Amino acid sequence: MAMTTTQKILAFHSGLLHVVPGQLIEANLDMVLGNDVTAPVAINEFEKVGGSTVFDKAKISLVMDHFTPNKDIKSAQNCKQVRDFASKHGIENFFDVGDMGIEHALLPEKGLVVPGDAVIGADSHTCTYGALGAFSTGVGSTDMAAAMLCGKTWFKVPGAVKVVLSGALKKYVTGKDVILHLIGKIGVDGALYKSLEFFGDGLKSLSMDDRFCIANMSIECGAKNGIFPVDGKVLDYVGQRSSRNPMIFEADSDAVYDEVIEIDLNSLEPTVALPHLPSNTRLAKDAEDLKIDQVVIGSCTNGRLSDMRQAAEILAGKKVAKGVRLIVIPASQEVYLECLKLGFAEIFVRAGGVFSTPTCGPCLGGHMGILASGERAVATTNRNFVGRMGHPKSEVVLSSPYVAAASALRGYLTCPYKL
Amino acid sequence: MKAQGFAHKYEDNVDTDVIIPARHLITADPKELAAHCMEDIDKDFAGKVLKDDIIVAGKNFGCGSSREHAPISIKACGVSCVIAGSFARIFYRNSLNIGLPILECDEASRDIKDGDQISVDFDSGLICNRTTGKTYASQPFPEFIQNIIKKGGLLQSIAGDI
Repeated sequence: MAMTTTQKILAFHSGLLHVVPGQLIEANLDMVLGNDVTAPVAINEFEKVGGSTVFDKAKISLVMDHFTPNKDIKSAQNCKQVRDFASKHGIENFFDVGDMGIEHALLPEKGLVVPGDAVIGADSHTCTYGALGAFSTGVGSTDMAAAMLCGKTWFKVPGAVKVVLSGALKKYVTGKDVILHLIGKIGVDGALYKSLEFFGDGLKSLSMDDRFCIANMSIECGAKNGIFPVDGKVLDYVGQRSSRNPMIFEADSDAVYDEVIEIDLNSLEPTVALPHLPSNTRLAKDAEDLKIDQVVIGSCTNGRLSDMRQAAEILAGKKVAKGVRLIVIPASQEVYLECLKLGFAEIFVRAGGVFSTPTCGPCLGGHMGILASGERAVATTNRNFVGRMGHPKSEVVLSSPYVAAASALRGYLTCPYKL
Repeated sequence: MKAQGFAHKYEDNVDTDVIIPARHLITADPKELAAHCMEDIDKDFAGKVLKDDIIVAGKNFGCGSSREHAPISIKACGVSCVIAGSFARIFYRNSLNIGLPILECDEASRDIKDGDQISVDFDSGLICNRTTGKTYASQPFPEFIQNIIKKGGLLQSIAGDI
């Protein structure tokens, strides 16, 4: 029977020739990921059952990114617990302050995921690595603990939604606008339990950073994973970062999809998601009267170099509006250094913004930019749920870096065409 | 295995940020998490919830973050079961992995009202609204899932095999 890309990867990792949607399988994993919020819970579980060794110290990544540099004593204790665990078990991919980045920017950048891999992470945005043609999905801490012990986990084989992209993105339209448009169209549970599989000629106009952003937010429409075909851009990206051989899986031409969605990239415009769901989308030009107090540019969704470049392009030589707090957070040390070399950091600071060390920070209301009651932010992050960035009566509008930077200049939600 | 308690009713798309806001993720202690359960959607929940009560919600319950702290906080409040039209997949997995029973039943999730007295039989999947007398069928848990719930979680259930 014909299979989708995801089904082929899962079959391979389970030692099966064929799998069908709904089938329960046990897959061998290439990488198991956790962070400073989820790994402590996993370590407690690991130790509770007397776990003495991990399945493979090269196939576990522990990234201290959510509440780091530590914001308080409890978060410091959590990091210390993970640090001690990493040291005791010789975990090779432990990333602490100084070499950490936001996990989903960091793992691809360090070459720790290659096409064809099967990856789980105790973080919902683990689906990001689908941009590399890998199967990757978020799980909880208990699954992470079990996987650290045995290197395997069970999955229910997902059905799929096929997304066919045609055309090319216009100026000021990015991967973020593509995924917000899609989530607005199908809803926050529009791909629940399914894989979201991207195809079409339109892929040519999407950079790797666009694809990471799109795969990253697949979870926001309930998908188990988002996945892209492996083309020259992916092979170039991976070739520069990993010595491992990529394994390329391609969907059968007669693979069955539960739904097919076509998107003409030429027709897309800068898009935002208003509070309090990522599916509550509007064209940016139709929401321009919203006054804002803060702008956050960063996160595992939009903290990569091209995101910084887009923000710098808008902000160069300008000043943010009075009363707006601009917080720019590159997603990794590599992106941070590039921002210094390319002069982006100076642009952000001269514009009246702050330029932070990598952290998830404000995206989840952790630290580094918490909102007060009644405040509103435009953010390049991934969720705008009630209380996501702070007080339950604060609001978050999701956007691309172009829209966020343009909004910082005017103090109101702004479509960049208006500047 | 059975559960019985009063219903606390919520709408569609209850996300993990409102079940347990990130400001409380600095602890993994179930009791501390329980004190803040549902805080940003129903700030009195932790004070009013009684042992064995049941959460009933619409579709896509538990969407958002992978934080296992969300089902942990619900379980530590004494909630015996969550019934929803559908669950976000990571929340679904996490709940069973920590031994919190959850059932998908669209009709029950729409009919049941806040405060109704509900009983659930996990062997048969039967949900009974004792206030209205109406019953609903949901898919019963297979034996290995029941075993995880009885032992209190996935790792406890496999501890002997490691």
